[in-house]
Amino acid sequence: MSQKPKIKMAVYWGAACGGCCVSVLDVHEKLLDVVAAADLVFWPIALDFKYKDVEAMDDDYIDLTLYNGAIRNSENEHIAKLLRKKTKILVAYGSCAHMGGIPGLGNFSDRKGIFDRAYQTSESTVNEEKTRPQTETKMPEGTLTLPEFYNDVKTLDQVVDVDYYLPGCPPQTERLVEVFMAIVTGAELPPKGSVVGALEKTLCDECEREKTDEKVIKEFKRPWEIEDDGKTCFLEQGVICMGPATRGGCGARCIKGNAPCRGCYGPPSTATDPGAKMMSAIATMIDSDDPEEIEKIIDQVVDPAGTFYRFSLPSSIIRKTIV
Amino acid sequence: MEFEPKIVSFLCNWCSYTGADLAGTSRMKYASNIRVVRVMCSGRVDPTFVLKSFREGADGVLICGCHPGDCHYHEGNYKCLRRYHFLKKYMAQMGLNPDRLKLAWISASEGKEFAQLADEMAETIKSLGPCKVKEEMEIFD
Repeated sequence: MSQKPKIKMAVYWGAACGGCCVSVLDVHEKLLDVVAAADLVFWPIALDFKYKDVEAMDDDYIDLTLYNGAIRNSENEHIAKLLRKKTKILVAYGSCAHMGGIPGLGNFSDRKGIFDRAYQTSESTVNEEKTRPQTETKMPEGTLTLPEFYNDVKTLDQVVDVDYYLPGCPPQTERLVEVFMAIVTGAELPPKGSVVGALEKTLCDECEREKTDEKVIKEFKRPWEIEDDGKTCFLEQGVICMGPATRGGCGARCIKGNAPCRGCYGPPSTATDPGAKMMSAIATMIDSDDPEEIEKIIDQVVDPAGTFYRFSLPSSIIRKTIV
Repeated sequence: MEFEPKIVSFLCNWCSYTGADLAGTSRMKYASNIRVVRVMCSGRVDPTFVLKSFREGADGVLICGCHPGDCHYHEGNYKCLRRYHFLKKYMAQMGLNPDRLKLAWISASEGKEFAQLADEMAETIKSLGPCKVKEEMEIFD
């Protein structure tokens, strides 16, 4: 049997929690198939390679890079640009690289707001000299440097050209294996810019909960306020579920665990802005024509922006608060 | 030079657009800041349209539909009303003054009311000043 040449693969984390890297490890015994088909040339969570090793590579040396995490600081951006240069297929892996993800919620504030909270006003902080992180600090032994913390969070495709998006927080490992195998076996790849490893239709389409055509509610509820029967659509029970504005493909894992969808797979291709779609969808469900009553019902949604854009703020139309 | 705001207006085909048309054919004068987009129903106004208008440089957005109970499609204007309240709340969270968005009911015979509304809206937005969304959302390297 002739040995197929192995592909070279890199995994990198920007502003991320590490969960995406762990989801790659979640392939379990299939990791052996992965390693049989690919050489991992750069993976900070698992392997001891340095940035200078990547810098020393020829352009397009790496076949596949899974970049997870958002762009929060100059280091994230620098490595994103470096890996773009060294990589043939760059995949935005997971919600943060795809849409900004949880770190993207930082766009409700700005650098000053975040620094003031973290280094000054938080309850456990004593900082009389009002010290803030500096990109350069001169010490007797030499100059110390830190990456620059940006004013706002960006998605990967807001700083470099991205070939594919693999959504999820984290992506379903099975989907990763499918995509990986397609690349390794040289199957025909979808057009550049596609969202892979997810469905075109919404989560509601694959959700097994019972739905009626007439969704009407008088009240929005928090999940702990209902006695979930495990069968009825969450929205029909008054609990906000991001299903109507979210791509399917995750296998409805949260729903099967009796938790409403939070929208990590992002909007389907027909919706540009998940929050706007969600506002549109659930507004139609409110069972009232009286302006005052409507306002009262909507007030029960405590934090619409944070709820509807939990994973997608930096990629949405209004991508940060206007300070 | 005085600030001349751009106000994107979504008018429903059956009542409000006809009302605006009446203002025109009756040769009434009203603020030229209003840019009209005709939609079949105020219920067709997706919140995306409103957000996109601001993102592309609108200083204000006006939505007009049939009076409650008069919707050509029975309940489109009520759906619009609910979305409007959601949008207002969301806009306030994003630091975008909710007064930049207005919803009003204009019937086909209310040409005068439309002209008045347009003038009032233009005044409100003038006093609020230019909307900063477009420049704030730009991504710098």
